[in-house]
Amino acid sequence: MSEPPRARIATASLAGCFGCHMAILDMDERLIELTKLVEIDRSPLTDIKSFTRRADIGIIEGGCCNEENVHVLRDFRRNCDVLIALGQCAIMGGLPAMRNAIMHSDEPLRECLEEAFISGRNIRNTTHNIPNDPALPLLLDEVYACSEVVEIDYQIPGCAPSGDIIFDTLSRLLTGRFRGFGRDMIKFD
Amino acid sequence: MAEPRLIEISPVTRVEGHGKVTIHLDAEGQVDEARLHIVEFRGFERFIRGRLLWEVPVIVQRLCGICPVSHHLAAAKAMDQIVGVDELPPTAEKMRRLMHYGQVMQSHVLHFFHLAAPDLLFGFGAPADRRNIFEVLRQEPELGRRAILMRKFGQEIIEATAGKKVHGTGAIPGGINRNLSLETRDGFLARIDEMQDWALDAVALARDYTMSHATLVDSFAAFPSSYMSLVRGGDGALDLYHGNLRALDASGSTIFDQLDYTRYMDVLVEDVRPWSYMKFPYIRDIGAQTGWYRVGPLARMNTVGFIDTPLANAARTELLAGDGEGLNHAILGNHWARMVEVLHCVEKIRELLHDPDLQGTDLKATGERRQSGIGVIEAPRGNLIHHYEVDENDQVTYCNLIVSTTHNNEGLNRAVRDVAVKQLSGQAQITEGMLNHIEVAIRAYDPCLSCATHALGQMPLQVELYDAGGGLLDARNTSG
Ligand code: SF4
Repeated sequence: MSEPPRARIATASLAGCFGCHMAILDMDERLIELTKLVEIDRSPLTDIKSFTRRADIGIIEGGCCNEENVHVLRDFRRNCDVLIALGQCAIMGGLPAMRNAIMHSDEPLRECLEEAFISGRNIRNTTHNIPNDPALPLLLDEVYACSEVVEIDYQIPGCAPSGDIIFDTLSRLLTGRFRGFGRDMIKFD
Repeated sequence: MAEPRLIEISPVTRVEGHGKVTIHLDAEGQVDEARLHIVEFRGFERFIRGRLLWEVPVIVQRLCGICPVSHHLAAAKAMDQIVGVDELPPTAEKMRRLMHYGQVMQSHVLHFFHLAAPDLLFGFGAPADRRNIFEVLRQEPELGRRAILMRKFGQEIIEATAGKKVHGTGAIPGGINRNLSLETRDGFLARIDEMQDWALDAVALARDYTMSHATLVDSFAAFPSSYMSLVRGGDGALDLYHGNLRALDASGSTIFDQLDYTRYMDVLVEDVRPWSYMKFPYIRDIGAQTGWYRVGPLARMNTVGFIDTPLANAARTELLAGDGEGLNHAILGNHWARMVEVLHCVEKIRELLHDPDLQGTDLKATGERRQSGIGVIEAPRGNLIHHYEVDENDQVTYCNLIVSTTHNNEGLNRAVRDVAVKQLSGQAQITEGMLNHIEVAIRAYDPCLSCATHALGQMPLQVELYDAGGGLLDARNTSG
């Protein structure tokens, strides 16, 4: 008997803490079931680093804090049929977006950089510069939610969302029975 | 004649967080320079200013979803000092310890099985689409199942002590906000024997791999260095939750010992280099050039005098004996050291579960307010330092963090260079498998590039090949 074709899922971590990817692994034993139904494509959990073919579902953790995040996010939008923003960082910016607004500051990003690399107390910085190598992607003026950059199909709330809600969403999307979340599943945190 | 080249590996995968590697080759195809870059920036030290002290342990863990408990507890320990508490009620200290052992267990299991195992099981140069946990689940279902269940056990310990698996709220300044019910305790006790058996098997698996690949292990990105960790006050035993700082040089001689960690700035300085958002700490008295050191499981095996749980202590003795006299510098041995610590955590969890203090109701202490607090803990990946100052309105006015991966920055970069020189120098064609060797070396450190990002940004692993004129010849993000 031939196996049915497996759905392809790709995941990416942008400006996030990786906690949402931990939550994906918190599906625990259900991962064993899931590997029978799906193929994990491009993901930090695999060594596939760019798209080789279209994915059915793309899952994004984290918002956009630098140009590379934007690039990856657009790449996901182009290459995935359904795009899911997983967790508060992807949906609203989350913790990284705290740098967008610092009280009494007109230049929050500059202040963050200076504190970290120039004015910090225990630092030795012989060049007196903020790191600026071409290998470092340009920082964006602000941290952006994914939906400010591309169109997002579904949002799974939580920080991190539980393994249960991720499994529930994926399994129902894969079987075409997704009708939204139950009230008890919608949590900010 | 060939042109100089730049190779890029981006993103580094099967590590937590985002990193990138660049390798410059000269016209003869020799490696000129190879670097691991942390490419993302957060700015936490600045934007946490003005937040209220009790919020900090909850906010700061969102720097890192793999070891959030370590940040949660290091911040809570700093805030204990600020609210004037030097000694927690036994229930609070033990609940926090239980949380931490659960955390170290899940993080080490995750790293060994979910992230590193595909290299060890299938080979460093195996096809890229096979090197992942999902393939492990298909090829080695029993091993994969145990990995899932051991990690789940650790995560459930965290949930029971902190309220959630990722980003809980258990520790509060001066204490903890819950105790452990007998029912929950019994649920864990029913599974602890199995966990111990599996941990013993995992130690054996890592040991056998290390022993049967002795030539590889002794030469692969292996170089001597200094080491630093907390050790228990007095007897110098392994203590992941609390203790004093100890640093040894490569020959095993003491650099400093039983140093009160609130004096960390007396001994450590953080160097800034223009090509990475991650700083390079070094030991002040030795200096920026040679004062670098390493932290983490293997570092701890080297620094501590002994382990106070019998099975893990025996396993550590075996790990060190393999290297004859002196310290063990072989970084692939970090995987073995990690499994020894999983065993230690399981033994400690069992000990704590039998302790009636976990059902105590005295959860929080108070004291006289202070202005500053420094909390240090041994996170899964090594020493973690949190430093805060808080004003009379309870608002944070200063913050400095040194995370484990930052301590290892120099070691990581040396490992990248070492493997790049051996694998890539003089090669006409650079293959994906060769580049994965570089990532294997990075993975041995289990770097948490999310944590390391707190200062700046994000770190995908990317390798670039430049010509001598700096032109980009080849860029690879290890997917080929
Ligand atoms: S939503 Fe929460 S868990 Fe997910 S990446 Fe952001 S901070 Fe981490």
